[in-house]
Amino acid sequence: STLTVRDALNQALDEEIKRDERVFVLGEEVAQYDGAYKVTKGLWKKYGDKRIIDTPITEMGFAGIAVGAAMAGLRPVCEFMTFNFAMQAIDQIINSAAKTYYMSAGRVNVPIVFRGPNGAAAGVAAQHSQDYSAWYAHCPGLKVLTPYNAEDAKGLLKAAIRDDNPVVFLENEIMYGQPFPVSDEVLSEDFVLPIGKAKIEKSGDHITLVSYSKGVELSLDAANQLEAIGVQAEVINLRTLRPLDFETIRQSLKKTHHLITVETGWPFANVGAEVLAQVMESDCFDELDAPVFRVTGVDVPMPYAQPLEVAALPQARHIVNMAKKSLNIQ
Amino acid sequence: VSGDVSFTTKGYKLHKLDSGPSSEVTLNKTDAIHYYKQMQVIRRMESAAGNLYKEKKIRGFCHLYSGQEACAVGMHAAMTEGDQVITAYRCHGWTYLLGSTVTEVLAELTGRMSGNVHGKGGSMHMYTPVFYGGNGIVGAQQPLGAGIAFALKYRNQKNVCITLYGDGAANQGQLFEAANMAKLWDLPVLFVCENNGFGMGTAVERSSASTEYYTRGDYVPGIWVDGMDVLAVREATKWAKEYCNAGKGPLVLDMATYRYGGHSMSDPGTSYRTREEIQEVRKSRDPITGFKDRIITAGLATEEELKELDKEVRHIVDDALKVATTDEMLPVEALYTDIYHNTPKQMVRGATIDETIPQPYLNSQELLKAIGRA
Repeated sequence: STLTVRDALNQALDEEIKRDERVFVLGEEVAQYDGAYKVTKGLWKKYGDKRIIDTPITEMGFAGIAVGAAMAGLRPVCEFMTFNFAMQAIDQIINSAAKTYYMSAGRVNVPIVFRGPNGAAAGVAAQHSQDYSAWYAHCPGLKVLTPYNAEDAKGLLKAAIRDDNPVVFLENEIMYGQPFPVSDEVLSEDFVLPIGKAKIEKSGDHITLVSYSKGVELSLDAANQLEAIGVQAEVINLRTLRPLDFETIRQSLKKTHHLITVETGWPFANVGAEVLAQVMESDCFDELDAPVFRVTGVDVPMPYAQPLEVAALPQARHIVNMAKKSLNIQ
Repeated sequence: VSGDVSFTTKGYKLHKLDSGPSSEVTLNKTDAIHYYKQMQVIRRMESAAGNLYKEKKIRGFCHLYSGQEACAVGMHAAMTEGDQVITAYRCHGWTYLLGSTVTEVLAELTGRMSGNVHGKGGSMHMYTPVFYGGNGIVGAQQPLGAGIAFALKYRNQKNVCITLYGDGAANQGQLFEAANMAKLWDLPVLFVCENNGFGMGTAVERSSASTEYYTRGDYVPGIWVDGMDVLAVREATKWAKEYCNAGKGPLVLDMATYRYGGHSMSDPGTSYRTREEIQEVRKSRDPITGFKDRIITAGLATEEELKELDKEVRHIVDDALKVATTDEMLPVEALYTDIYHNTPKQMVRGATIDETIPQPYLNSQELLKAIGRA
């Protein structure tokens, strides 16, 4: 059977709300409107006002309320209509949620999920098109999850809700409607993925493509194109950015000796930069047969007009080109 | 001397309320002694902290509560089991009242192992099971407090969350965001503005278009309270708790008080106000001497009894000081503890790749046990 990312998220929420009395969802338009992107569709009808709570447009306020509720023992799922709006609330995410466990020497833990679409959508210009992965992955105390497909979405969201720490869960609006084949196991209510483990989406011996979220789709595209010219690319879906599963990258590099990172966000100090730094500093450096390259969004705010927007984002061909450069293929 | 004695407090000012707390209050001997002692402990503890700071035994920030004791002690007296508290950075007194010892507070200030959080939080970050800190970001505690109240309501608990902020933080947008939702959802939260006259060095008239803080919740009813009178504070808080727990939603309490010290230790507190002003408050409105005079006059305590009590308080603080200045600090392994709850040991990147290590201990409790300190 197939499952869209949206339905996978919805299933995960539904199952976890049913499973644990302490779990509730709050955010803008999550209840009566059925979710701005319909991720919470039907949940209000099913669970009512206590568990599915519409908030006013007041991100810092409701994020703070959610964090306070988590400190007091509930398990909120705090939806941001998009992560662009979470910038209004980032103090509560970092200073209140991420740091309290440490500051309190383990006395107060904060079991909360901040979730919503992240990264560039389509045709919504600069203020609504930004990838915050590197921002949140920067901060100790947070766990940062970035699902790619329906399996990831379901298993990781359930893991996030069951986790006893603040989790930032970065979805991608463009992927919401995309159907993916899933096994019966994924559809079961016991399906939970481990946090901190990457997945090899496609194995190959010649070059490693490390990516997350929408970047995985681009990487798989590129891997198919590379296959046509005889290059077997290994595609790693990070799934979790913090804690980063560097071991999976290390093992892959030992085999391929070539590495490219792929993401749609800005290049400066991004996730790829961190992966590269870790490669440089570790024994992986000796495994490299070529410099490591990053494929990223262009270093500009997102323009509106379609040809410009397309030009601002990485395409599969960028990955193919860099793979050829890495492998010295003309 | 026994039995209840009646006192009259200063009048309350009400906002959007038909009736309010009573100005006629009663007090028995046990409570009189108890409140006096609590206020004295806080006063002494804070002067000890001030001295430690001057001796450079406390690092960074240190915000003292001296002058405001009646607020915390009065509110605490009205609390019942299950009530919760959150405040900003002026948190030493509350930490003590809500279950920590003077030693744990002072040792936290000096960063020692016997500190409230073993030296990982410092002056602004102390906690107890009903106390959520100790928050360093001015105003962030306002929605957090509403969230704690949200959890109380969610669990159908008949309790309130006392959410404190100063006159400075009364201008934060977060307060209005939190108040809106608290009213919308009838959360049992008491937004308590401890108005000590100054946000750092900015007098209320220079920061606030309206200094009638009890009216500034607009649709949230409010009460002005003489925050220098422990009995008025206790009465108002009792009344407010009943109001909240009747399902009527939040209230704003505006407690008029005064801070004797500067904003923090680096502020002499004299460039934006006069020494005469401080002296005048000490003379005419001090929460402790005022209360002392009243209970002696009323026959609830004698001068001698209170002197004995003062001695006892001095001993408590002196003993605490000994620990706070001699106890060990956490070993450096504590750097790597308390990052994630119920999570397997993580590799933690050190200053260099060569110092990147798996967490030696998951949390401080584990570490303290290992070194025989817990």
